[in-house]
Amino acid sequence: MNPDSQLKPYPTRRTLLRTAGIAAVAVPALAGCVTSGSDDKPAADSGAEKTADNPLGVKADAPLEVVVFKGGYGDDYAVKAEAKYTEKYPQAKVDHKGLQKVGEAMQPRFVGGNPPDVVDNTGAGRLDIGTLVSANQVSDLADLLDAPSLDQEGKKVRDTLLPGVIEDGTFGGKTVALNFTYTVWGLWYSKPLFAERGWTYPKTWDEMLALCATIKKAGLAPWTYQGKYPEYMNDPLLTMAAKAGGLDLVKAVDNLQPDAWKQEGLVQAATAFAELAGQGYLMSGSEALSHTESQAAWCQKKAAFIPCGSWLESEQKGVAPDGFDMVMGTVPALGGSDKLPVTAVQAASSESFLVPAKAKNAAGGKEYLRMLFSKASATAFAEANSTLPAVAGATDGLTLSSGLGSVRDAVTAARTDTLAFKFRTWYGPLAKAADDATGELINKRISPADWSTRIQKAADALAKDSTVTKYTR
Amino acid sequence: MRHGRWRFLLGALVPALVLHVVFVLSPYAQAFWLSLTDWTGVAGEARFVGVDNFVRLGGDSLFLDAVRNNLVILAVVPLVTIAIGLFLASMLRSSSARVGQGYRIVYFFPQLLSLVVIAVLWSFVYNPNTGLLNSGLRAVGLGGLAQSWLAEPAWALIAVMAVLVWSSVGFYVVLFSAAIEGIPVELFEAAKLDGAGRWATFWSVTLPLVRESVQVAFVYLGIAALDAFAVVQVMTVGPGGPDGATEVIGLSLYRTAFSYGKFGYASAMGVALFFATLTLAVLALRSGRKERLEMA
Repeated sequence: MNPDSQLKPYPTRRTLLRTAGIAAVAVPALAGCVTSGSDDKPAADSGAEKTADNPLGVKADAPLEVVVFKGGYGDDYAVKAEAKYTEKYPQAKVDHKGLQKVGEAMQPRFVGGNPPDVVDNTGAGRLDIGTLVSANQVSDLADLLDAPSLDQEGKKVRDTLLPGVIEDGTFGGKTVALNFTYTVWGLWYSKPLFAERGWTYPKTWDEMLALCATIKKAGLAPWTYQGKYPEYMNDPLLTMAAKAGGLDLVKAVDNLQPDAWKQEGLVQAATAFAELAGQGYLMSGSEALSHTESQAAWCQKKAAFIPCGSWLESEQKGVAPDGFDMVMGTVPALGGSDKLPVTAVQAASSESFLVPAKAKNAAGGKEYLRMLFSKASATAFAEANSTLPAVAGATDGLTLSSGLGSVRDAVTAARTDTLAFKFRTWYGPLAKAADDATGELINKRISPADWSTRIQKAADALAKDSTVTKYTR
Repeated sequence: MRHGRWRFLLGALVPALVLHVVFVLSPYAQAFWLSLTDWTGVAGEARFVGVDNFVRLGGDSLFLDAVRNNLVILAVVPLVTIAIGLFLASMLRSSSARVGQGYRIVYFFPQLLSLVVIAVLWSFVYNPNTGLLNSGLRAVGLGGLAQSWLAEPAWALIAVMAVLVWSSVGFYVVLFSAAIEGIPVELFEAAKLDGAGRWATFWSVTLPLVRESVQVAFVYLGIAALDAFAVVQVMTVGPGGPDGATEVIGLSLYRTAFSYGKFGYASAMGVALFFATLTLAVLALRSGRKERLEMA
């Protein structure tokens, strides 16, 4: 072996220092690129005159760029609305992009100050909406909400949406996003299975526990859940707490009030779910299953209940056997002195459409959304995707599948008693803390009291953190 | 003529250097700058906040969990991988050439798969109800040992580390085999004549002569151990769970940047990780310097 070849395989102190020195000198020269986009450039001229036919003042020949998340729902529905736009403004050139990683593609466009006119900010890796709002990157949609609906005489866009949709897109008093689909959370079961065994869906938690004992005796696991993602279990837990404590409980949590997580409703709901685990009513192994694995086990009738949002039916297409006919039930009440009726549901809208503040054709973007949120467009979407759109009455007169039908019935029964926690979208770290704590709770590693203490600690830390933009409701 | 040579050299070097500056050095420099700001990732401007982000790291319990887990991985994975790699490589030396070649190819298989694919396959293996591992244990009557591997805080990190070792050991078997083949056969023969057994031969002949390769392996594996992002992100509960049991710095960084929109703070994590990796590499390469073996 040649000893020379072994000289200095490592950097000497001198070369290291020299390199560090050069790097230090180079930093100011090389840095600053990512943040060099000019700020505060006003949206380029806001368009033509506003008339009854053109309530948003769209310039007829301004090009329109639409970026849509192409996920489970595809992007045909968005393309259809674009066709409608071209029909009304034949001179406008419409540029459509259906993407899977909207956030990744849009981040540099926002930073560079040349975003598209409409963005469907959805899917894994979407941009954090709270961050976009605090960076003044999204425009106020008030004029769109006050514009007349496209195909419902005498109604404003504002009045055609399901309860909670506007609130979901409102940050700091400004509505900046409109969500196109409506999601309801609940507990799912196979209707024929329950009918065959003579089980009735429980209205209270005591009934639930009694039914679970029966189910267990019958040789099935009463519950399973998507253990890899404990937030699935958080949804029914928090819904139950909200029914007990009413909207005041929800607001205290979202507003990061001191001791919000120690409210009686929350502790009781946590205790109820801990009992579910304590009694052995959760399918063994659930805690390590992904959503696909646990939902498949549920479809194979290894477990009776699974908590999920209303996307479950379309997600299980091809997995659920024929005649499984899944339906969604509303989360049972804690019982006693609940402030909300048992029909109340946790509901939130998603598929978040927004118009960037620096869009070149902001008026066109809003006009596009007016067309997308028309009743005809929403009905076509519901038909194609068996998903509830955010437009009220869009499913009227359609023949619905068992799951979607049960979701619509739940929304109808709830009337205005819909609830939604906002902390998930407002404060990511708090959502993470709540998910982790719930995972520990239903694996019997912490007590309900520890559960609320832990989450409260995270909420307090967030409330004190001056670098986080706060919202109130 | 001389002039033309310079032109040629410049022509060959400049494009590569420009690419390196634009796509490697400049992002590094920007990350250093961003770690001192509160950039959100979507705003056109960032506010300078000094060392606030770094101070905050010290009080971030999830980040500290991540540091702890990375240190555990750093202490375990390189050592175990290298031990198994050396063992298999020296076993291959003493086996017949054809068998050795065959095994070497088989050991290298995991290297051909992307880490994400490996993680997905292993999460099937670890499935508590239908997975290969628990089914295997039950089949041989050890059902009592069956675990919810990825959902038990005590087991999750071990399960992750096993995957890391499995996925990298084959590469080091090949690396060490090549190094061992470079050792003159006479040395092994001499050792044999002196009455050295297998263990003594390995300890006094093989190991000292592949020292350089082992050192390089430590650096590579050390850097990989400070990462471990892909496997954790794909396999674990949460991911990073249960309850932070498998959190790693890379995952904290990713979540902070892309879910929480705090690119400045995430850059600070990246810069901290950069210095940790650099220190590790320098230390590992230095430690071997003093006792370099003289071979005439």
